[in-house]
Amino acid sequence: MKYIDEYRDPQRARRILAEIERRVTRPWTIMEICGGQTHSIIRNGIDQVLPDSVGLLHGPGCPVCVTPIEILDRALSIVSRPDVVLASFGDMLRVPGSEKDLLTARSEGADVRIVYSSLEAVRIARENPEKEVVFLAVGFETTAPGNAMAVLQAKREGLDNFSELVSQFMVPPAMQAILSSGDCAVDGFLAAGHVCTVTGYEDYEVLAEAFHVPIVPTGFEPVDILAGILRVVTMLESGVSGVENEYARVVDREGNHAARCAVEEVFEVADRQWRGIGTIPLSGLRLRNRFAPFDAEKRFDVASIQPEESSLCKSGDVLRGVVKPDECPAFDNGCTPVNPLGAPMVSGEGACAAYFKYQRKV
Amino acid sequence: MDLQCPAPLSRHETVQMAHGAGGVMSRELTRNVFLPFFGNSMLDMLDDQARISLESGNIAFTTDTFVVSPLFFPGGNIGDLAVNGTVNDLAVGGALPLYLSAGFVIEEGFRLSGLTKIVAAMADAAAEAGVSIVTGDTKVVGKGQCDGIFINTSGIGVIRDGVDLSCNNLREGDAILVSGSLGDHGMAVMTAREGLSFQSEIASDTMALNRMISSILHEVPEVHAMRDPTRGGLASTLNELAEASGKGIVIEEDCLPVKPEVQGACELLGIDPLTVANEGKVVVAVRGDRAEKVLRIMQSHEDATSGRASIIGAVVNEHPGMVIVRTGLGGRRILEMPLGEQLPRIC
Repeated sequence: MKYIDEYRDPQRARRILAEIERRVTRPWTIMEICGGQTHSIIRNGIDQVLPDSVGLLHGPGCPVCVTPIEILDRALSIVSRPDVVLASFGDMLRVPGSEKDLLTARSEGADVRIVYSSLEAVRIARENPEKEVVFLAVGFETTAPGNAMAVLQAKREGLDNFSELVSQFMVPPAMQAILSSGDCAVDGFLAAGHVCTVTGYEDYEVLAEAFHVPIVPTGFEPVDILAGILRVVTMLESGVSGVENEYARVVDREGNHAARCAVEEVFEVADRQWRGIGTIPLSGLRLRNRFAPFDAEKRFDVASIQPEESSLCKSGDVLRGVVKPDECPAFDNGCTPVNPLGAPMVSGEGACAAYFKYQRKV
Repeated sequence: MDLQCPAPLSRHETVQMAHGAGGVMSRELTRNVFLPFFGNSMLDMLDDQARISLESGNIAFTTDTFVVSPLFFPGGNIGDLAVNGTVNDLAVGGALPLYLSAGFVIEEGFRLSGLTKIVAAMADAAAEAGVSIVTGDTKVVGKGQCDGIFINTSGIGVIRDGVDLSCNNLREGDAILVSGSLGDHGMAVMTAREGLSFQSEIASDTMALNRMISSILHEVPEVHAMRDPTRGGLASTLNELAEASGKGIVIEEDCLPVKPEVQGACELLGIDPLTVANEGKVVVAVRGDRAEKVLRIMQSHEDATSGRASIIGAVVNEHPGMVIVRTGLGGRRILEMPLGEQLPRIC
């Protein structure tokens, strides 16, 4: 399959791997930002074939992992009301709220539906005028344009039964938080390729300059990821910081203008709480005031739902790369993929779930 | 108003509650829809049970219930699925499938034309597999109480002398084979359900495997175990084999047969083809030196394998109970038992 096979070609991957081995002279720690990259690294065993001196840290870019528990509890509260349909991306359904997850709510009779796109949720609203349809609008800059389009579409059609429960995150403020923390161990970043497709990478140039780090927008197939690592290692070894694009087949410096305009029109930058990390200033998006009727938080008056997270779960430290998953006291001790305490144990992309699979018996 | 006598069955285009009430309309449904397709000397008696005389040997007995949505999908429908599924469950136990029952739960208002299409597909599948449907039952439930139609089939087969297939028989050095491409059925249903279309349509692989399995068992007595990787896909089946046998299994990622269109749909939907259901594939564990022979027999059944039968891995004594995939890059990852429902990823 074109654009897949050539980037999964083992021969090509091994050549890049050999080049990494040739160039690296000292230990480096590289963080891949995106959960999709983490998934690919684990799936292809990339971390196992890299030289010991190149360490990978899994970054905070798994939207399932960082969505705070309060959003889940608010979603559960909304969908427990009569005549409400909650539409969500599939893998949010297993993320635990304080008491249960959305799959359990569905089995208890709540109308929870899996959709592949926010526009499907708009369609459900159009076809069910007697129902309130709420879309769980989570994710990073990749989902924001689609979620903005859904609001614009609903407004255009005059749908007054559609709203979004918004938990949109942005990558650069999280990277800044990681780089600013005293215990930061990261020498260079693989930036999230699809986020950069939308946003471009001008913001990353500012970060790279301020913190003197190499940042490399990188794709998701094994050849992409190894090429990204090679680029970061090469920059580190020659003392270069800045942004170099290793995903040029879809990323350019300015990003997608139309997508950015849609996001700008519908959303504004706001403080966001990250699960396990806490509030990062100006790290997310919320609906602008003129779209307030589409804001499920206001529509259903759920902003006051603010549960506490489990104190046992150290997922915040895991997400920042300070603690390895198996160093958390709850790891395999009350927290497992079947009964997760924290979100990184839920998603296949989550660092804790990945560790659980690998360290259980191997 | 158009006043008429109570309409005969042929006037109805949909299934009515009365079709399940045991009276005249029930009898007409049986006579007009089921018997023309399924009819055989045992079923035609319309007794409360089928009476079967079997020669000898051990009996294999299985049951399965089919609740697929949509009911009609590229490559088949719930009817042939229900027959093939039970035939295959018997066949992978080393049994010659002989007799099936068919139980229907039908939603009031279900179109009779749809029912007829399903029943015809069941009859064709049964004829193809060489089994008879010898007893059955129909219930009609109210609107909204079931999703169109649910079908249960149970089956009886005879296990030939000397055949002993069991996960406990797995030995170090056994080869693991799969008879064809993975994930076809699940992705055919999923793409039909989601209304997705691709350049080349993905068709279900639903098919009875008893003839191919029979040839394999006849010619290669060194086969140790067989499973059909249905729900949960290859990942579930291999994990079941590893856990039940207390052995480890190593799979070579590069050897796994997945059609490009299935791979593409899986990429799009964020789903691992190894966890997707198959309805016409068998996984075989056989003594290593006989693997090529089994492969050749599979390949000779071109209709069932489409040239994609493959030796995909081996049984080892290390990491008991666990399945490891060796990636193209040379890394290793654990192939896990899927947790449950397939949940597409956000990104």
